Parts: sequence; C-alpha cells; structure tokens
Amino acid sequence: MMTARSLDFSVSSELRDRLRQLRIRAGGIGLLGLIAMIIGAVASPDQFFRSYLWSYIFVFGISAGCLAWLMIQHLTGGAWGVVIRRPAEAATRTLPLLALLFVPIAFGVPSLYQWAHPNIVAADEILQHKRVFLNLQFFLVRAAIYLGGLSLLGWFLNRWSAAQDRQGCTTAHRMMSRLSAPGLIFWGFAVTFISIDWVMSLDPHWFSTMFGLLFVVGQGLSSLAFLIAVLVMLSHSRPMSEILTPRHLHDIGKLLLANVMIWAYFSFSQFLVIWAGNLPAEIPWYQERLRDGWQYVGLLLVLGHFVLPFALLLSRDLKRNFKLLAGIAVFIQCMRAVDVYWLVAPDAAKGPLAVSWLDFATLLGLGGIWLAYFLMQLEKRPLMPQNDIELAEALEHGRR
Amino acid sequence: MNKPGIYGVMAEFDSPTALVNATRAVYSHGYKKVDAYTPFPIEELSDILHLHENKLPLIVTLAGIAGGISGYLLQYYITVIYFPLNIGGRPLHSWPSYMIVTFELTILFGCLATFLGMLALCGLPMPYHPVFNVPRFETASRDRFFLCIEATDPLFDRLTTYGFLQTLQAQEVSEVAH
Repeated sequence: MMTARSLDFSVSSELRDRLRQLRIRAGGIGLLGLIAMIIGAVASPDQFFRSYLWSYIFVFGISAGCLAWLMIQHLTGGAWGVVIRRPAEAATRTLPLLALLFVPIAFGVPSLYQWAHPNIVAADEILQHKRVFLNLQFFLVRAAIYLGGLSLLGWFLNRWSAAQDRQGCTTAHRMMSRLSAPGLIFWGFAVTFISIDWVMSLDPHWFSTMFGLLFVVGQGLSSLAFLIAVLVMLSHSRPMSEILTPRHLHDIGKLLLANVMIWAYFSFSQFLVIWAGNLPAEIPWYQERLRDGWQYVGLLLVLGHFVLPFALLLSRDLKRNFKLLAGIAVFIQCMRAVDVYWLVAPDAAKGPLAVSWLDFATLLGLGGIWLAYFLMQLEKRPLMPQNDIELAEALEHGRR
Repeated sequence: MNKPGIYGVMAEFDSPTALVNATRAVYSHGYKKVDAYTPFPIEELSDILHLHENKLPLIVTLAGIAGGISGYLLQYYITVIYFPLNIGGRPLHSWPSYMIVTFELTILFGCLATFLGMLALCGLPMPYHPVFNVPRFETASRDRFFLCIEATDPLFDRLTTYGFLQTLQAQEVSEVAH
C-alpha cells in the first residue's frame, strides 16, 4: 500500500541527468537539421517549403493530440489519465513554440498553394468561387485562431494544474473539467479546419468530408504513441519507477489498439466512398497516390500502420510489457510520419515518389528542437499531479 | 492412495484477503485443480488462478478469421461466379466493395464464438454442481469466500488435502460429495 504523502513526485537527480543528456542530443540533432534546413531553403525554396509543411504537420500533431488526451482525461477521469497527465501537459506547453514555427509556412503559402496565385485563380472558375475562403489574409487569420486557441487552452489547463499542485483545492479540478468539454469541441473543429486549410487545399479542387477525422485520429494516435514512449523512458528511474505498473501501460495500450483500428476504419471509409463514387472531382486524389511509386507507400501503410500493430497489440502480455509496447509505439510513430507524408507530399510535389534530403533535414530539425523543448518543459514540474483527487486510486491501480 | 468417492475438499474463509492468501499457498504447494467462489469479483484471484490464460482468445481469433474468409468468398461467389454483373465498368472481382460484409462477418463470427465459446469453456449450461452439496455454500453469494481443491488433482489425497486446508486459517473445511 502506498500513500500519496509518502512519495516525492519531483524529478529525481538521476532522471534530471538523463533528461539533460537526451535534451542535449535532441537539441544537437535539431540544430544540425536547422542548419541543413536553412541551406536547403536558400538552395531550393520550393522543396524546402514542401518538406517543412510535412514535418510541421507531423510534429504539430503530437502536441495537439496531447492536448486532446489531456482534456479527455479531465472529463473521463481514470488511473491512466493521472499517469499521462504531466507528459501531456508538458507537450501542450510546446504549442506556443509550434505557433512560432508556423511562420515559415506563412511565407511559403505562394510556393505551396495554387489558390494563392491570382493568375491561376483568374483562369479557374471553381477557384474564383472558393476565393472567399481560400485567400492569403483569411488563411493566416484562421491559422492564428487555431494556434492561438489551442495554445490558450493548454495555458489555462497548465496554470490550473499548477495551482492544484500548490494548494490542493478542488476548484482547480472543477475548472479544468469545465474547460475541457468546450475545449475538446474547439479542438475537433480546429483540427478539421487545419486539415482542410493546410493539407486539403494543396489540391484546391479536391474535397473529402472524412479528411478532418483522419487528422483527428492521426493526432490522437501519434500523441498516444509518444506518451507511451515517454512513460516507458521515465519508468527506468524514480519517481515513476515506483508508480507505473503493467496495468497502467495495459490501459494505455488498449487505447493505442483502439486508435489503430479507428485510423484504419476512417482511412478505408474515405477510400471506399471515393472509389465507389468514382467521380472526376474526387478520384484523382487516389489516382495520384496509387501510381508512380506512391502505391508502395500506400501498401506500406496498410501493412505497417494497421495490420502489424493491430495483430501485435491484440496480445495482452505485449501490452503489459514496457519494452515491447514502447517498441511498437516508436514503430507506430514512424508510420505516422509516413502517413502524413502520403497525405501531404503527392499533392505538394505533383509527381512521382521522390524523397528529398530536405524531408529528413526538416523532420530532424523540427523534431529535434521540439523534443528538446518538450524535455525542458517536462522536468519543470512533479511527474504526478500530487493533489489530484484520483491520485490515490491511480497509485493503487494494478497493485492490490 | 485415498482416491475418492468425493468431488473435492472445500474450505470456507471470512475475508477476501484470507482467501487470496490461502489460494496462493495452495498453488505454491502444487495444486492445480483449484477453484474459488466469492460474492464479488476479486481481480487478484484471477491472476493467481490463471483465469486470464484461457483458450477463448484463440477460439475468437480463429472464428473471426473464418468469418472474414467466408464473408469474402460469399461475395466472390455471387458477384464473379453465380451472377456476374457489370457495375460501373469495374472488374467483377472488386475487393473494396467486399470489405464491409467481410468486416461485419468477422465481427459476427467473433462475437458468436465469444458467447458460445465462453459457455462451452465454462461447461454451461450445468444444471447440477457438487459444490452445492456443502450446506454453507449458499453464503458464497453473500459474505463468505470458498476455496475448493478438486479430487481430480494429481496431488489430491482425501486426508492430507483436508489437513492442509485446515492449516490455512479456514473457518471450516468440509468434503464435497458428488
């Protein structure tokens, strides 16, 4: 039996050293990527913007997804929510950094999107009708609303969570769950419109009503995989080594399996409807992605993003094994990057599959900087919400 | 050898903790044919009795695969062999359109196998069970906890098993008649 009072949840000095090492490594890789990115931006700006957009959407998905899980666990409660709360909160504190990192995309709009070219729009009646929505000013205003809104949600939740740590009042708990319900609705709309603005409008003629949900579940999946990897990394040293039980990981592993299945369900639903309709307005999107080498990326996604993780995650023992579950989480994260690439790159590049060195440079640059910033945020606060009303239950979970 | 005209030996406990400790002791002693009876589920007991390790997941997986395959073949037979029909110029063997029924039949077979497999593995329906021959057993659905070592266990011996259970702080130990 453990009591909340007997435990110190703050980052131990051993863990602090490990986090610092990781942070230096991540920051170093990020810096190298950043230098490569700048060279690439000067040498071939068009390719740079395409690669940057892909990497940005992938990294952004982890942070925004963590915000969603944070709000979900404030609404549902449960032991799994208490253990992921601090890593998820640290990830939401990176949202202002991501808002800053959006600036290159704002500059890249003319290079990335056809609808930003007056001469193309002038020759295209459909784009003229879409100009009310797809124009540079409104695009930037919307981006500011998404990024600002999500950052603000994260800021409030972090602030009240810190107040709860200090005072242990139940007011903070109530405020966090009160904000989370409308917050999740805002998140759902923001992610849907983000998918339309930043990705779907790469092909301004194409539309799919399923597209937003693909991003909703994609963000949920990449953030969950990320949180599992972080938890397993933390489980090696105090304080989390004394807190986490296989039962916690088992619960989160089940959510991971559910998300893998929802991803497959949404992805196939979109494909089936467009394939069955076979309309000239919709089908080119898939035609582009099923030829010139892109079909192999699609096949990789079917096998690596669904079949393999699905079959493995069915096992109860695997979900209770820290190392194996973390391995699968990292693998799913890689597949998430491939999935975002498959959604973004064919339209951005308009041609056969050709992976550029800049794709890797932007991913390492953005990912490294983001990860270093995340680790810096993570060690700032105790790793468990020490006055949460569900803390005792979470500590007992899987121990009786 | 004192092998038996009885079903087993049963011990009665007054708390879940006593039952869990006793079950652990019985298991570490080498008994395998053991079952516990409690008024409410005790998670830890399932772990000690290895109740999580059963054949049901395998049965469900196989039934699900069989359901998926039969769903696919059913549609293949109808659309390609029995009643070929040109729909929008698509090939007769258009796998994307088969997926929904294939998926649904996977789920249907899996669910039926879960339900029927669970009944079969538990040996249900079972109109008669010897444990009810113990007069106090009816309290198992109220506030008492029971542990039964069955006579089919290779280690079972009418006297020594009886004596062993008495050492485990049981309220009462009794033989279970067939």
